[in-house]
Amino acid sequence: MLGTGIIKGLVETARNFTGSYHDPARLTTVQYPEEKHPLPENARNFPFLVHDGDDPEKGLRCVACLICEKECPPQCIYIVAERDEKGKVIRHPKLFDIDISVCMSCQICLEVCPFDAIKMDTEFELSKHGRFEDLLLHKQQLAKSNDYYRQIHPTEAAEVDARLAEAKAKQTAKVTPAKPVGQASSLSQSQSPAAPPAPAVPA
Amino acid sequence: MTITADQLFVSLKHAIVGWFPMFAQPLVSILLSVSAILLTFGLLFAIATLLERKGLGRMQNRYGPNRVGPFGLLQPVADGLKMLVKEDIIPRHADRVVHFLAPIALLASVLLAYAVLPFGRNMAPADLDAGVLFFFAVGGATELAVFMAGWASHNKYSLLGAMRGVAQLISYEVPLVISSLAVVMMVGSLSLVKIVESQSDFHWGWLGACHVFTPWGLVGFILFMTAAAAESNRSPFDIPEGESEIIAGHMVEYSGFKYALFFLGEYLGMFAASGLAITLFLGGYNAPFSFLNWVPSWAWFFGKLFALLAVFIWLRGTLPRLRSDQLMNFAWKFLLPMTLLNIAIAGLWRYAAAWSLPGGAMTRWILCAAPLVAAYVWLGRALHPHIKPRTYRFAEA
Repeated sequence: MLGTGIIKGLVETARNFTGSYHDPARLTTVQYPEEKHPLPENARNFPFLVHDGDDPEKGLRCVACLICEKECPPQCIYIVAERDEKGKVIRHPKLFDIDISVCMSCQICLEVCPFDAIKMDTEFELSKHGRFEDLLLHKQQLAKSNDYYRQIHPTEAAEVDARLAEAKAKQTAKVTPAKPVGQASSLSQSQSPAAPPAPAVPA
Repeated sequence: MTITADQLFVSLKHAIVGWFPMFAQPLVSILLSVSAILLTFGLLFAIATLLERKGLGRMQNRYGPNRVGPFGLLQPVADGLKMLVKEDIIPRHADRVVHFLAPIALLASVLLAYAVLPFGRNMAPADLDAGVLFFFAVGGATELAVFMAGWASHNKYSLLGAMRGVAQLISYEVPLVISSLAVVMMVGSLSLVKIVESQSDFHWGWLGACHVFTPWGLVGFILFMTAAAAESNRSPFDIPEGESEIIAGHMVEYSGFKYALFFLGEYLGMFAASGLAITLFLGGYNAPFSFLNWVPSWAWFFGKLFALLAVFIWLRGTLPRLRSDQLMNFAWKFLLPMTLLNIAIAGLWRYAAAWSLPGGAMTRWILCAAPLVAAYVWLGRALHPHIKPRTYRFAEA
C-alpha cells in the first residue's frame, strides 16, 4: 500500500534520533581531537630507537653498525658513529637521523637490526610547520624508553625482553660463570668489548 | 485594563501606541506589528536552521554542529556572519536588475503572507475577510520570484531549476488550495480569525474541536502538509534545488547575502504554510485540551509551529528526493483526486450530522472515513508503475 515504505523509513529515522541519545551503536562518532580510538596493538608507522634505563643517550641499544642505513630502501636513515679521542669508532651513534618524510614504514630496518634497537612507533599526529627540517627526526627525538615500547606493543616487547635476557644470561655464563645474572642492562653491554647478543630473527 | 499572559503582547502594543499622538497611531501600530513579525520569525529561522542541522545529524547517526558556542548553539550566528562577509557575485551576462530583485520579491511575497495569520488571541496583524484568499494570492507570487532568479542568472542550471520550480509550485498550488477549501466550506468564512474561532470550543468538555479530529480534517491536513512541503521546496519535493543534479537550481548564481535571503525566504515560506495548516486544521491558537486552557494562546501557536517544524525535519531526514515525473504524477493523479473527494466528504460530514444514524457519532465517522480510505488505497495502487520483473528471452537470468 502507498505509504508503508514511508512509515518504515520514518520509524527507522526516529529510532536513529532517539537511539543517538542512549545507544552508542546509533551514534558512532568519535570526536577526534578530544577523544581518540585506542590504537590496535599492531599499529605501526615510523621507527624509533629503544633505550634501556633512564638516560636516552647512554642507554641506546644502537651500536651504529649501519646495517639499517644500508638496508633502508628509500635511504632515509643517516648514521654517524661516535669516535674517541684517538679516532677509534665507539659502538654508539653520534648522529642518528630518520627523515620521516621519506620513510615508507616498510620495517626492513627492524628486521635487519641484530640488537632490537629500532622499533616501530604508533605516533601518528606528525603534521609540522616545516616541510623538511621538522620532519627530519634526530637521535634526541627518536630515542624512547623500553617502558614506552612495552606500553605501545606489550606482546612484542615481552618477547624481545625475554630474548635479550636469555642472550645476556648466556653471555654472562660464558664470560664469568660465577657472576649471577642481573637485570638486563645494556649500558655495560653496549660498551663492553664482548660480542653482541646473537642476531635475533623473528620467526 | 488587566494584563494577562495571554494578552501580554496585545497590551504592550496598545501601551506603546498610546504614547503617540492620534494621527501617528495607525502608522506606529503597523510598524510595531511588522517589526515584531520580522524579529520573531527571523529568530525562528535561526533556531530552525540549527534544529534542522542537529536533528538531521542525529537521524544520520552523527552529532550535528557542536563546535560554535556551547552545544553549537551559536552556529546560526557563525552562518550568518559567513553569509554576510561573502563576496556578492553577479554573473557578467546576468540581467542585473532582475537578478537583484528576485530574492527581494521572494522575501516580500512570503512576508506578506504573515499579515493574515492569527498568532494568538487578538494577535492577527490584519483580520481580512478574505484572509485565505490573500494568503494564497501572495503565496502564488513566490513562483514569479523563483522564475525571475532562474531567468536572470543566465545559466542553464538556473533555468532548469526555475522551470522545475515553477512546474512544481503551480502543480502543488492546486491541491493546497483545494484541501483548504474544505475548511472554508465548513466554517463558511475566508477569514482566518473566524476559522480559528470556529475551533475554539471543546468536544465532551475536554477535547479541542480542531478540524483535524474529523475524517475530512485529518485527510485534508495530511494533504495540505504534503502540498505545503512541495510549496516550500522542502524535501522530498526539493527538485527545484536538487543539489545533486542541478547544484542549487535557481540559486546557482547567488552568493553571499542574496543566497541567504533565498534561504530565509524558503524557511519563512515553510513557517507561513505551517502557520496556515495550524490555523486551518490544528485549532490555531486554541488549546487542544480544555485543562490546558491556562497556557497563553500565542504559546500554543508557536508550540504547534515547532511540532510541525519537527515533522518537516523528520521527513527531510527520511525521504529521498522525487523524480520530476513522479512529482507530477503524485500531484495530479493522487493529491488532486483526493482533495476533490475530500470536499465531497466534508459535505457528507456536514449533512450526516442531521441524520439519525444507528451508533451516532461513531457511525458518522466511519461513514465519512471509509470512502477516503478506499480512495487512498485505490489511488495509491494506481500510482505504482506496475513494472513486472524483467524476463529474459535469450539469456539465462
